[in-house]
Amino acid sequence: MKIEPNVRNAAAVLVVAGLVLLPLYSALSGNVFILTLFTRIVILALAAASLNLIMGYGGMMSFGHAAYLGIGGYAVGILAQEGFGSGFLQFPVALAASALFALVIGALSLRTRGVYFIMITLAFAQMAYYVASGLARYGGDDGLTIYKRSTFAGLINLSNRVQFYYLCLACLLGVIFLIWRIVNSRFGLVVQGLRSNEQRMQAIGFPAKRYQLVCFVIAGTLCGLAGALLANNTDFVSPAVMYWTRSGDLMVMVILGGMGSLFGPVIGAVVYLVLEELLSQVTEYWALIMGPLLLFVVLFGRGGIMGMLGRFSRG
Amino acid sequence: MLLVVEQILNGLQFGLLLFLLAAGLTLVFGIMDFVNLAHGSLYMMGAYFAATFVAWTGSFVLGAVLALGATLLLGIVLEFTALRHLYGRDHLDHVLATFGLILFFNEAVRLVWGPAGLALPLPAWLTVPVQILPGIQYPAYRLAIIVVALAVALLLYLGVMRTRVGMLIRAGASNREMIGALGINIKLLYTLVFGLGAALAGLAGMMQAPILTVQIGMGENILILAFVVIVIGGIGSIRGAFLAAILVGLIDTLGRAFLPNLLRQVLSGAAASTAAPALSSMLIYLLMAIVLVLRPEGLFPASKR
Repeated sequence: MKIEPNVRNAAAVLVVAGLVLLPLYSALSGNVFILTLFTRIVILALAAASLNLIMGYGGMMSFGHAAYLGIGGYAVGILAQEGFGSGFLQFPVALAASALFALVIGALSLRTRGVYFIMITLAFAQMAYYVASGLARYGGDDGLTIYKRSTFAGLINLSNRVQFYYLCLACLLGVIFLIWRIVNSRFGLVVQGLRSNEQRMQAIGFPAKRYQLVCFVIAGTLCGLAGALLANNTDFVSPAVMYWTRSGDLMVMVILGGMGSLFGPVIGAVVYLVLEELLSQVTEYWALIMGPLLLFVVLFGRGGIMGMLGRFSRG
Repeated sequence: MLLVVEQILNGLQFGLLLFLLAAGLTLVFGIMDFVNLAHGSLYMMGAYFAATFVAWTGSFVLGAVLALGATLLLGIVLEFTALRHLYGRDHLDHVLATFGLILFFNEAVRLVWGPAGLALPLPAWLTVPVQILPGIQYPAYRLAIIVVALAVALLLYLGVMRTRVGMLIRAGASNREMIGALGINIKLLYTLVFGLGAALAGLAGMMQAPILTVQIGMGENILILAFVVIVIGGIGSIRGAFLAAILVGLIDTLGRAFLPNLLRQVLSGAAASTAAPALSSMLIYLLMAIVLVLRPEGLFPASKR
């Protein structure tokens, strides 16, 4: 696939370059806070990118994607609590648990479509939320503090801000590369074909549900990775990570950035979270501006920021 | 026995309240094909309006009527300024736009009424317990909720099935171009339906307000429950919403009341007391998942368009 020089790709390159150079800026300006903020942004961008795989390319509107953030996070938190501090154990467990959860709820949810699919994924995520609230041994409602970040046998130190930031960024870029390969593979083309016309794809002999399920599981697993990183970032995991408004936030990031574009979710996450941060510095009532802004984007900016950039470049 | 009757009545009352909320959602969804996450915000606004107007006028009934009018007006303004431009768009656009509205309303309430919750005190004549069966007392206010909600459900049924406007609404749901071509002002009709849905949500909010506190975000939890109700009942079906609402209300209330004791008989005390709250909160989601797996279109799917 040839990468064309246009506004959208330029925007993507710009954002990635900015993210790569950010620690340099943070070190030079002495602004430590910005690094903390952007670590969170990069992690949530990873979660949004995984949601984009099923939402943008697969046409599966999951309203329960934050569940994986919690599952990945709890895998790390619970193992740390029980004395297993190695990331080589924690991360695979986080991914496997997310994959398993995605497999089960995907198999059930994919029997429905449209708004019913949105709602059943929401219901499953709420169930996960209540299960986590019921884990009295691991903090229940109040959440679980993680006293020690994952260790990687001395290879990388997650307590070092810069190293942790670059680990998250590497994960994000790796995941985007993976999604790019998936989307352009035969498998990805089938999934996108199913988004456009499921009946036709079935008629030419593709087992629709099986392809969608695999795609759903991949997205869930990738979001579990984001969950494991997020728990390390905050040193804390609580049921609130899985609450439905968090799933809504992820959806907003994807749609704001541009569904079905590779870097859209990253741009969406950066814009949404930076805006949230800036507005909350200006006024305590930041949501008063953020809410109508979202409405405005939906009303006038079809295809999100990437869509607008695309139209802009075509004149 | 006493406890069982009381809990069944509580479940019925909660279910009917859910129905008021779900009816508006399912009407708006069934007729305009519009997913309105901000429906919970209208519920919240109804409660805040009621608390304000009751304090202002000093009369519970007058305050409630004023609040009902205010929510109706708010719904109409909302539809007219923003939401009508979203009909015919992708459902995802609806979700995003109304998610933005939730943020807006929560923040607006914080700005106007402050972050602390409000209380909506009941008048004296609604606080007395009523003897419903020999030896069984039940709070008058909860009984009043049941009566009002049943009356509204009946009115809604008659209004949709037996009046001319109701006929137009049903016709609009099955074919909007055709009814537009017949010279009916479909836009006005939609605005009306949306306002009606808003008023129903507001009514549910203000009726729930004296039982719980009036606070920011009160609409969000119950909104999810209302969605569960309309999904179980079959989206667009009022009858389905009614039955599913009662089912969900009963299961949720009875589960919370009796599940801990039931579990204690199977599990050890400590395990039961940790598992019970989580399990009883999960029950209705479990119900929804089971219903959707067995009947992907809900229990009473509205007739195909």
